[in-house]
Amino acid sequence: MSAFKNTGHLLRFAGLFVIAFFIFLIVRHFVVPKSFGEYGHYRGNAIKEDAARPSYYAGHEACEGCHSDVADKKSHGKHAHVNCEACHGPQLAHASADDPSKHKPVLPDTTVLCKQCHAASAAKPKNFPQVGDDHMPGMACKDCHNPHSPAMDQAPAEKTASTSKAPQGGKK
Amino acid sequence: MNGVEGFMYPNEIGLQWSILIVLYPYITGLVAGAFILASLVRIFRVEAVRPTYRLALLTALSFLLVAPLPLQLHLGHPERSPEMYFTPHSTSAMAMFGYVYLWYLMAVLVFEIWLDYRAEIVHFSKTKKGLVGFIYKVMTLGSTNVSHKALELDEKIGWIVTLIGIPSAFILHGYVGFIFGSIKANPWWNSPLMPVVFIFSAMVSGISAVMLLYMATTKLRGLKIDIACVDTIAMYLFYTFIIDFAVESLDLIHRIYEADESFRSLNFMVHTKLYIPHIVIQIMLGTLTPLILLAITQLFKLPEFVRKRIYVIAGSLIMVGVFAMRWNVVIGGQLFSKSFLGYTTYKLALVTKEGLLAAIALCILPFIFLYALQHFLPPWPEKDNTGVPEATH
Ligand code: HEC
Ligand code: HEC
Ligand code: HEC
Repeated sequence: MSAFKNTGHLLRFAGLFVIAFFIFLIVRHFVVPKSFGEYGHYRGNAIKEDAARPSYYAGHEACEGCHSDVADKKSHGKHAHVNCEACHGPQLAHASADDPSKHKPVLPDTTVLCKQCHAASAAKPKNFPQVGDDHMPGMACKDCHNPHSPAMDQAPAEKTASTSKAPQGGKK
Repeated sequence: MNGVEGFMYPNEIGLQWSILIVLYPYITGLVAGAFILASLVRIFRVEAVRPTYRLALLTALSFLLVAPLPLQLHLGHPERSPEMYFTPHSTSAMAMFGYVYLWYLMAVLVFEIWLDYRAEIVHFSKTKKGLVGFIYKVMTLGSTNVSHKALELDEKIGWIVTLIGIPSAFILHGYVGFIFGSIKANPWWNSPLMPVVFIFSAMVSGISAVMLLYMATTKLRGLKIDIACVDTIAMYLFYTFIIDFAVESLDLIHRIYEADESFRSLNFMVHTKLYIPHIVIQIMLGTLTPLILLAITQLFKLPEFVRKRIYVIAGSLIMVGVFAMRWNVVIGGQLFSKSFLGYTTYKLALVTKEGLLAAIALCILPFIFLYALQHFLPPWPEKDNTGVPEATH
């Protein structure tokens, strides 16, 4: 016993650590969300909460059901793999409405829209089509390019199929 | 774009890590360095520097308390920081560091200081009245056993704590270097030598900080500076500095010899944007000049007052130089593009959350803590004014 006679203060200090550790465990018990770690290092409920949030995008299948003409045109051009809503913005309200014409989407402004993807930048792959500010300044891109099938040197058959002659943006 | 030359990726134009992130390794480094100086007394039995032993411990504590604040201010949402402890993520170096920090604070520094001051604490708890007396009573943890045997035991335990404290201090600061050194996407940082460089520069800055503090506080209290003590500190400072210099040169030579694809870009940066902070301030003013000054004091027999002045100048230059080193690592590492084709500029704000004023406030704060601590736990070597019996012998 005498060996421990002078260790009282040390044991008290150690006791502080033990108490602090238990307080830590108790606080931890209350502040860590119950679903934490359910699937991984995050709150499991976060997934359910995210799933419960309203959707805004309809997905291109929803668009193509009604706009088969556009879908068809688009599928032959280079924009085939660019989704409708990448340009038109989220359209679930339009697509799921009883009368979609009441939720008519605003048409994108091509002077702004196209540059978001096509403005020239050294960070883009070399073979990605891109244009600088000197490419037809002061004109809307749709005046010459059809947004749904933007190539200028399309096969003549394609062009005559549309109601007007190129530039296709001319049809209004 | 303002301040951008050549080609920068958009996310590189604005710097994410500001002057606060410069302060963080700087302050942590002072903690580690001050502690190493204290260990000279405890472990390596360098009796000459005993007058700075307690001051070094209190300095380490004051700076350690401030060390996480730059991070808190930078990240915002301090109320979220405990989550790092509550739900620790074992693969996050940052998260694990929280434990290293806590360990170092509580199990090393606070414990060691408490052990060393116990005789005083018990004495004050009996003599001081009111709130102050009560605080001392709490600090005794209800044990007033300051018998010779108990203090002898404290001395032994203190030795062990310091012994554990040395690797802890290395881990504490080595980690800060690791955080940078392990970023493989950034060639300016990515180097396994980074933790070593950080540890040695930390020791250099911490030792000179305590040396300057000791000289300043002794002057302020109107007492005579113990020249043998300062001489010894300066000698160890010189040796540590040589190692630090060697390791940093090794890192530099390694980079120059390896000359990987980033080299041209980094070399260009060092000769343009980083020229003043890196070449002039860090290397010439902050490293070579104090090294030469300290070498002179080691080589020649100079009169006492000259030596003291040289120590003050060399110590101050070292403080500036090590700060510049942190600056060049943190800020320099964000000035060039991953494309190696462009450079941006860091604009230091003045009164924003991460501006100059906040940084200055954070630099002053440790001294306020130190001022408060020295009131409660007087670190001064001469014990006569407190009337406390010699505790540590
Ligand atoms: C590259 C961007 C882009 C994509 C992808 C795109 N659009 Fe368009 N779309 C436009 C632009 C720009 C206009 C407006 C043209 C104008 O102002 O004349 C437009 C107009 C329309 C119009 C009204 C005018 C018209 O031609 O009938 C419809 C309907 C339409 N898009 C449907 C679709 C559908 C459905 C899809 C997906 C299959 C789609 N869009 C994909 C850019 C795009
Ligand atoms: C969401 C991004 C996006 C937007 C917005 C966008 N494009 Fe494209 N564009 C593409 C992609 C992807 C390609 C295909 C690139 C490829 O195949 O390499 C492409 C290809 C093109 C081409 C090359 C066609 C060819 O045959 O070489 C033109 C021209 C073009 N787009 C014009 C436009 C115009 C005009 C607009 C505005 C109405 C527009 N783009 C909007 C992504 C976009
Ligand atoms: C006056 C008509 C006109 C307007 C307006 C116009 N373009 Fe073009 N654009 C063309 C023609 C013609 C070509 C084909 C040039 C060629 O193949 O060399 C072309 C080619 C392109 C290409 C393909 C470049 C390549 O390297 O393959 C892109 C991308 C493009 N335009 C984007 C745009 C965008 C974006 C706008 C709106 C800011 C726009 N264009 C406005 C006429 C126009």
